Formats: sequence, C-alpha cells, structure tokens
Amino acid sequence: MPQTKRRGKAVATESTNTQGKSGASRIVFFVLIGLAAILFVLGLTDSYTQPGFNIKPMEQFLVEPLFGNGPVQWYTPTNVTLWMGLSIAAVAALMVMGTKGRAVIPSRSQSMAELAYGFVRKMVEDVAGKDALPYFPYIFTVFLFILSANFLGLIPTSFTTTSHFAVTATLALAVFLSVTILGFVKNGASFLSLFWVSSAPLVLRPVLAIIELISYFVRPVSHSVRLAGAMMAGHAVLKVFAGFAGALGAAGIVPILGVVAIYGLEVLVSAIQAYVFTILTCVYLKDALHPHH
Amino acid sequence: MADNAATAAAAPGMPQLDPSSFPNQIFWLVVTLVAIYFILSRVALPRIASVLAERQGTLTNDLAAAEDLKRKAVEAEAAYNKALADARNEANKIAEETRAAIQADLNDAIARADAEIAAKATESEARIGEIRAGAVQSIEEVARAIAGDIAAAVAPGTSIDADAVAAAVSARVKG
Repeated sequence: MPQTKRRGKAVATESTNTQGKSGASRIVFFVLIGLAAILFVLGLTDSYTQPGFNIKPMEQFLVEPLFGNGPVQWYTPTNVTLWMGLSIAAVAALMVMGTKGRAVIPSRSQSMAELAYGFVRKMVEDVAGKDALPYFPYIFTVFLFILSANFLGLIPTSFTTTSHFAVTATLALAVFLSVTILGFVKNGASFLSLFWVSSAPLVLRPVLAIIELISYFVRPVSHSVRLAGAMMAGHAVLKVFAGFAGALGAAGIVPILGVVAIYGLEVLVSAIQAYVFTILTCVYLKDALHPHH
Repeated sequence: MADNAATAAAAPGMPQLDPSSFPNQIFWLVVTLVAIYFILSRVALPRIASVLAERQGTLTNDLAAAEDLKRKAVEAEAAYNKALADARNEANKIAEETRAAIQADLNDAIARADAEIAAKATESEARIGEIRAGAVQSIEEVARAIAGDIAAAVAPGTSIDADAVAAAVSARVKG
C-alpha cells in the first residue's frame, strides 16, 4: 500500500513539473478525443447503419458550398476553401508557430520544421543543382501544401483537396509552364537540345526526338493524375470498406480491420505522393536548367 | 450555372470530372499557394535559415573553443610536469646542501669534542701525578713515624736519632 501511495505521489509531482510544457499538447489531445467521440456518435446516425448496401464512395469528393445550397461560383467559399484554409493553418502552425522559439537547441516542433526544410532543400540541391535554390521556396510551398492536404484528408469525414484533378492539374501545369519558360529563358533555343539525344546514333535521333517530345508533353498529365489518382483511389477504398462494415453488422469487424490496414497504407501514400510530386518537380527543373544530356 | 444538387445528380460517377467546380477549386488553390508561399518566404524560411546558420556558428565556435581549451590543458600539463621536475631538483639540492652542512657541523663538533677530551685527559694526568706524589710523601711520613715508634718499642730508653731513621726509611722506600 505505501508503495502505491509513493508512486502516486511521484506521478503527481512529475505531472506538476511538466504541466507548463505539456499543457497545450494535453488540451489538443483531449480535443481530438472529443472529436472522435462526436464523430462516432454521428456515425451511429449515419446511413451506414441502415440495412442493405448503399455505399456511395464518391460522395466524399463532392464540392459543396459552405453556406447555403446555391451554385458553386469561382468565388464561393466551399469545402475546398475550408480544407485549403486548414492546410494553410497546418503549414503556418508547423513552420511559424513551431519555430517561434528560434532555439539553437530546437524544440520538438522546431526540429520537425527544420527536418522538412532540410529534406526539401537537400532534395532541390541534389536533384536540380545549386542554381535551382532560388526556386526552393516555391517547391517547398508545393511540398508542404500537398503533404498537409494529404494528411488532413485522412481525418474521417474530411475533404481531400489533392484528390481533385483540377487542383493537381493546376499544380502540375504551373510547374510545366514555368519550367518550360524558364528553360527557354535560361538556354534560348539550345533548350531544344533536350529532345535531341546526341549520344544516340544519328538515324535514331529523329525518332527519339518525337518520343522525347511526346513524353515531355505527357509530363503534366502523369504528374497530376498520379497524385489525384492515388488519393482518390485510397479514399474510395476506405469508404467502400467502411460501407461493408456498416452493412455486415457483427461480422463488420473484418472490414474494420481492413480499414485499419488500408488507413496505415494511406498514411504512407500521403507522404510518398507529396515526396514524388516534389522530386519530379525538381527533375523537371533540372531539365530546364541543364538541358544537355 | 446549374444547381449543385442537380450537378451532383448529373455526375454521379466522379465529382472530379465535374467542370462546374473547377474555377472554384483553381481560384482557392491559387489563394492557398500564394498564402503559403508568403508565409514561407517572408517568415518561416528566413527564420529557419538564420537558426541553422546560428547553430552552425555556435557549433564552430564551440569546437574552436574546445580545441583551444584542449591546447591549454596540454600546455598546463607540460607546465605542471616542468614545475614538478624543478621542484624535485630543488628539493634534491636542498637535501644535499643540508646534508653537507650537517656533516660539516658534525665534523666540527667531533673535532671540538676531541680537543676537549685531550685537554681533560692531560689535566687528569697531571692530577693523577700530583696525587701519586702526595701519596708517596704520606707513605714516607707514615713509615718514618712507624719506624721511630718501632725503634722505641724495640730499644726502650735509648735516644733515637730522628735524622738517621728518616734517612733509613727514605732509602727503603726508594729501594
């Protein structure tokens, strides 16, 4: 008995010691627990508990106005606005609030921010070269936007902005157009030597040039469809499994385990797709800055 | 622009392929990218770059300081060893000097003691001689008196010549 009492006391003093530091994170923790409880209650009243299969996996991708039920104009605040705003908030929280201390010995959040900074900066430097560093802020912007949007999309009932082709195609076209213009500005007409493979036999070069040209113009398509496709497919599969869980009743534990496994996979995919999009941007930038094979 | 519910009904497959929502998404995407770009380029990136530079500087300074301190420690050790050796030499020298001084004092004292002993011995010799001479004289006197008494006892009534007795005793004692 006295042992347990002492242990309790030790825990109490420890908690008072760390209260100042962990107070904020504890509040966040309780808010998340509360959110999960609310979502669980909402889920009980959802259509999944009704008998029969009425799974609508694509419903989660609908763009809807936040207020009212009117048409979606270009300026209408929609769920796109909300979740993009949240990803701005997430980026600001990590990169601005997290680095508030400016400590030589970083806090946890500051070292996360520094890690992201160092990761992307090194990627730009290694892949595209030192002269690509002026474009690092935009590449970092794209990386952090995709990363935060992907992860925010993993919150149940959220909206994944990067699962829309309109979004990823805009991102990819921005990269494609700016890289092409940059290539011509930096190298003039010799940028076209990117398509003229001088190491190949002369006979093959025109054929290769056509292939290179086609592959160059397919870049924005693959660049954008890869990201949106991966996000959309993952979320649709999650929704389908969740729908099975609702329809199967007690046997729903099997699809629930499936959802857990796929969710883990999706966490991985979210990070990897952000990485892939960024590194491809760096590769294209390298082609623009150093077009000669 | 068609009603949202109507478009949703019209495109039951993929909302991604519904062009009516494209301008909205593109507009908000551009807003978001510009916002993140300015947050990063105006606040976050300069801050992180300065923190990293500061850390690099601190590391370099600390390493240089450590190198300096290490050099100082080596110097201090050398100085310590030198001081130790000096002190040891000094101590040896002092011990040697002290030993020599003590030896000299000792020799001096021994010589003085020897002289004193010699003086005392000659003095004692003289006293012994005196005492011996005194003793011989006393024996002579006693022997003279005893010889006179013996002569008186052997030949009563005769006058005894004191000078003859003395001469006889002297001759005997000397004998």
